[in-house]
Amino acid sequence: MSSKPLVPAVEGWHTMDAKPHLIGTQCKDCGTYFFPKQSDYCRNPDCESTEFREVELSRTGKIWSYTNACYKPPEPFVAQEPFVPYAIAAVQLETEQMVILGQVVEGLTVNELKVGMPMELVLEPLHETDNDIKVTWKWQPLAQ
Amino acid sequence: MSNEIAILGAGMHPWGKWGHNFVQYGVAAAREALADAGVPWQDVQFVSGGATIRCGYPGFVAGATFAQALGWQGAEVNTSYAACASGSQALAAARNKILAGECEVALVVGADTTPKGFLAPAGGYRPEDPDWLRFYLGITNPTYFALYARRRMDLYGDTLEDFAAVKVKNSLVGSKNPRARYRKCFTAEDVAASAMVADPLRLMDICATSDGGAALIVASLEYARKMGKGDAPRVAAISTVTPTFASGVVEMPDIATDSAAAAGVEPHAYRASLPIKAYEEAGIGPQDISLAEVYDLSTALELDWIEDLQLAPRGEAAALLRAGDTAIGGKIPVNVSGGLACFGEAVPAQALSQVCELTWQLRGQAGDRQVHGANVGITANQGLFGHGSSVIVKK
Repeated sequence: MSSKPLVPAVEGWHTMDAKPHLIGTQCKDCGTYFFPKQSDYCRNPDCESTEFREVELSRTGKIWSYTNACYKPPEPFVAQEPFVPYAIAAVQLETEQMVILGQVVEGLTVNELKVGMPMELVLEPLHETDNDIKVTWKWQPLAQ
Repeated sequence: MSNEIAILGAGMHPWGKWGHNFVQYGVAAAREALADAGVPWQDVQFVSGGATIRCGYPGFVAGATFAQALGWQGAEVNTSYAACASGSQALAAARNKILAGECEVALVVGADTTPKGFLAPAGGYRPEDPDWLRFYLGITNPTYFALYARRRMDLYGDTLEDFAAVKVKNSLVGSKNPRARYRKCFTAEDVAASAMVADPLRLMDICATSDGGAALIVASLEYARKMGKGDAPRVAAISTVTPTFASGVVEMPDIATDSAAAAGVEPHAYRASLPIKAYEEAGIGPQDISLAEVYDLSTALELDWIEDLQLAPRGEAAALLRAGDTAIGGKIPVNVSGGLACFGEAVPAQALSQVCELTWQLRGQAGDRQVHGANVGITANQGLFGHGSSVIVKK
């Protein structure tokens, strides 16, 4: 195993603890959530707020839909050699009333996924550099 | 008070991977449309171009580029960019000019030359750009279409065979279209044997990117009558509405949907909202439609569009397909041009090519692809970031 430090692939988009959360913002006026973070203007057409609080989003939700990537994506994706296909899930968060995309944890295929399946957020490596391992959020079936 | 304009001419450069400058395709399409209309180039008062963003500065100012290529003659110009809806916005600009009484006859034209392979974002480390970010995380264009397709399977019971049947249907009719890029009649076995790209979509479920050009000559109804073409097909509606907050379906290139958590906010489906405005504007309903040209970026997406256009109740498009009702001779033929399955995407030309096909169909000039008794046609497409369009053409 590599002893390189784990660092977020995109800084400030999720917490780094064992039960991680995505970090979004919430409009202080109307309560609309934003991920990625929006801190300048509210996109609800009935709200003119410019005040936001940073919030940790729900770390569980249900699958809205799912697929996989059978071919290596172009850059900036950093692919393993040889390329290993991975599953992707769009997960609906109940409180936030939004759907968020992410890879599914390594080793799972589309055959093990279903619309409506409960999922939770975890962190896994996205790719490795000379200095560190870049981790990102992925979805995995919720432990029963 | 009519807000209709007449379509006097339609023209296209065949779709393919020709590798020429996009201007050449646009000029060929424009000249065919002018000849079809019987309108001399010198008489055109407004040139409305669909921009291409992949062909350098001339592509950004496409209206002027085409006007220069055809020979400067003093017409006013306009250029529109709206991803896949660019052609419809260029058409809308021409319609506005005509209805405002500022011009009688206009050329609308779009053309593109496309690179090979996956469309990829600009380089660097730019997580604030959603397009860069999603590629970094491993989410490509087919991901989105596959998510929609899988949802159809899990919610409505659509099958891989249904998706393949869309390809088989479109390739059969596309084989009869001399302007189509792919002219081979594919079978369900061919589709099943093609490589899986983004489960459940295989290579042959997903459209390619192509070179191509399309053009229309449009005019005021009075101008058409003076030419003895008072019975030319008319543009009865152009819808280019944006989504309504909260947009509840994850759309390329975003990593998340809007949040519908605020009081009084409901999630909406964008594609379904596009034709509603078109139907309202034309004063007709889905029951009046003879045929539809929809954006089959994937085979499964054609089924979504059929429901979004209200040509079938939600979840029942596959039943329509299985009954043969979306083929020529069926109740509501869809993509009788062969669709993107046979053309591939040439972004600024695509929305115009849909209107070209409707024009030929409504004139009864579609040859082996003719839909008998075609009176009213509707188009639908959608590009990035809330850009989409739906155009209604009627006799």
